[in-house]
Amino acid sequence: MVLPPNVSEADFSAALGEFRSAVGADWVFSSDADVALYRDSYSIYWGEPEERVASAAVAPATVEEVQQVVRIANKYRIPLYPISTGRNLTYGGSAPTLRGSLVVDLKRMNRILAVDEKRHFALVEPGVSYFDLYNHIRERNLEVMLDVPDPGWGSPVGNSLDHGVGYTTAPFRDHFGSHCGMEVVTAEGEIIRTGTGAVPNSDNWQDFHYGAGPTIDGLFAQSNFGIVTKMGFWLMPMPEAYLTGTVTVPRYQDFDPLIHEVSYWEDLGLIGMPDYGSPIGGGFFAPPPAALAALMASGWPSIDALERFVGVEARPAWSVRLHFYGPEETVRANWQAAKRRFSGAIPGAAFQDGEFLRLPIPPEQEPTLPDKPRLGIPSLEVFAMVARNPSTANDPADGHADFFAMIPRKASAVWEAARVMFETYREMDTPAPYNPFSTPINYYSRCFIMAAVVPTWRDPARNSRSRELFARIMDRCAERGWGCYRTAPAFQDQLARTYSFNNNALLRFREKLKDSIDPNGILSPGRYGIWPASMRNTRA
Amino acid sequence: MNRVFRVVIACVMLSASAAYAQSDATRQKGNEVFQYWCATCHGRGAGMPGTIALTAKYKGALPGALEDRTDLTPQAVRFVVRNGAAIMPFFRKTEVSDADLDAITEYLVRRSPQPGERANTGR
Ligand SMILES: Cc1cc2nc3c(=O)[nH]c(=O)nc-3n(C[C@H](O)[C@H](O)[C@H](O)COP(=O)(O)OP(=O)(O)OC[C@H]3O[C@@H](n4cnc5c(N)ncnc54)[C@H](O)[C@@H]3O)c2cc1C
Ligand code: HEC
Repeated sequence: MVLPPNVSEADFSAALGEFRSAVGADWVFSSDADVALYRDSYSIYWGEPEERVASAAVAPATVEEVQQVVRIANKYRIPLYPISTGRNLTYGGSAPTLRGSLVVDLKRMNRILAVDEKRHFALVEPGVSYFDLYNHIRERNLEVMLDVPDPGWGSPVGNSLDHGVGYTTAPFRDHFGSHCGMEVVTAEGEIIRTGTGAVPNSDNWQDFHYGAGPTIDGLFAQSNFGIVTKMGFWLMPMPEAYLTGTVTVPRYQDFDPLIHEVSYWEDLGLIGMPDYGSPIGGGFFAPPPAALAALMASGWPSIDALERFVGVEARPAWSVRLHFYGPEETVRANWQAAKRRFSGAIPGAAFQDGEFLRLPIPPEQEPTLPDKPRLGIPSLEVFAMVARNPSTANDPADGHADFFAMIPRKASAVWEAARVMFETYREMDTPAPYNPFSTPINYYSRCFIMAAVVPTWRDPARNSRSRELFARIMDRCAERGWGCYRTAPAFQDQLARTYSFNNNALLRFREKLKDSIDPNGILSPGRYGIWPASMRNTRA
Repeated sequence: MNRVFRVVIACVMLSASAAYAQSDATRQKGNEVFQYWCATCHGRGAGMPGTIALTAKYKGALPGALEDRTDLTPQAVRFVVRNGAAIMPFFRKTEVSDADLDAITEYLVRRSPQPGERANTGR
């Protein structure tokens, strides 16, 4: 059994007794076997003393029970770690930031409080998964579309509170950005409603997000200032149609005008997440074709050399797939207009028509549909990318840790980021899945991501290499001025240090807030580098 | 046939069919829980990560889809659901309760040899 730091065994067992009276004995998990289910199965410290494991878990079913849990935790100074659906794999799973914390598992709070198909919003509790919300909408044929992350078993609340992302148009695929109204239990056990939810008897909580005065919603994401018990989300009206088309451009240096033109469509809100590719370079993380590997044998090629290489290969250097949502007439017209504009901007641009689908997708068509998340359909199919497959049949990784460098939306930054990643892997003698044709991801519409996916294992020896690689990537990117948007507890202190402008003024401000909002430091100590005063010297 | 004997037979039949009905209900529940929590990875058909992984693991010697297996044991199913397997994480009890797990197990081993019968694992 692991105890919370500075809590005696006697106090802990007294606290467990009080938690049992608060939520019912069945919903306090304290046996080793039950607590082990709160481990992060992708932990990069699996089985080592530094692995962040819980002391126990408690699963309240109502807001009042959450308040009681918080009061008991204050009484005994027990650190709590709230999770919603707890499926935060690659970013910590359901395990706490601080070893010995008590996980507050909100999975049982799973009511869908509203889905409004006229004003296009939903109001949900933390335990409602994307699958649940989707099923609710489809069973009632409601005319709204979700924006979902790749894995459908997470929740709008949990996902958005870690700044999660999806695939449709810009306002919706930023999940935190599309929330409207929160209910929060504070560290002192009080209930706050944000936005217009603070007006007694308001009937527009999910219609107007600001209310009046400073907004505080941002304090509850990637942080430790409260336990969110309800959250509203704006939804897309169900579009009539979905149409895709691919643009290819011939030259290496066409990438910049390509990005610029895509950004026009993106920032007007006319497309979903653009899907960049490179017919010459292969796909996302694909090993470079032999000719490209040969070109790279003597170092990172110059732009001239790359341009010549593209000329000889006689295949397009870059591609982008665009996804239009809306009435049939306008999606067709937009694709037509896109062809005209891309042709005008980039000589030699070529076009391939893609899918045209009428929405909503009839249920019998769903199973065979690729790219389900782009149509707001939750699934777990993304795990096929990382699961055992014929090429890893004897040695599949047990998990992975994702690093997303946030880089500006321009070709030179993509090329430089690919090179920084490449060189960092090489410093560690690790095969580098990057080349001059590596493509960015565009989850957040205004910013590109250069991604690294580092394998994790249930094997300390291999994990130690993965950790070193991961930490080095974070440092190299920070040296270059690129922060990352999200990371697992194992790297949250390091991540917080990369946002260090003016002697860590931002972190110091957050910690001042922490001290006044959560005086006993009981909520998720250490999350995203924010430690309560009593623990600041334990920072990694 | 003597009367007592007939009554005994009737009782045995009744209790057997009650047991059968009960395990039928458990299996039905197991099927439902499986469809919700597991089939999203282990379903039949293309794109299913669990099915792809198990096809790669057994290289065709066993079916890729768990529901088509005839060699699964209750111990194996329980172990994997609470301990995970490679990228498949384990499930918390707020997700898959012990009762749910019993039901899933019943459902998945429905075609496996009963204790005492010789297992045909195909390996
Ligand atoms: C193969 C793969 C693909 C992935 N693809 C995506 C993707 O496309 N997009 C994406 O966003 N993510 C992706 N992820 C990451 C992750 O799995 C998802 O973001 C997932 O939705 C997060 O888990 P969750 O929703 O269950 O959140 P939770 O685990 O419930 O919550 C995440 C964290 O937020 C905090 N939190 C949660 N609830 C509360 C609360 N009520 N009050 C206060 N704090 C709270 C906690 O610190 C918690 O640890 C992927 C992961 C894998 C393995
Ligand atoms: C995220 C996808 C995913 C989900 C959801 C999932 N699994 Fe799995 N499961 C896998 C993968 C992948 C493997 C193969 C692991 C490997 O490579 O060895 C696996 C393996 C297994 C095995 C081992 C089979 C064998 O012969 O090795 C069992 C049993 C199993 N899963 C049962 C379940 C059950 C029951 C559920 C639902 C409670 C479930 N799984 C949910 C992905 C998943």
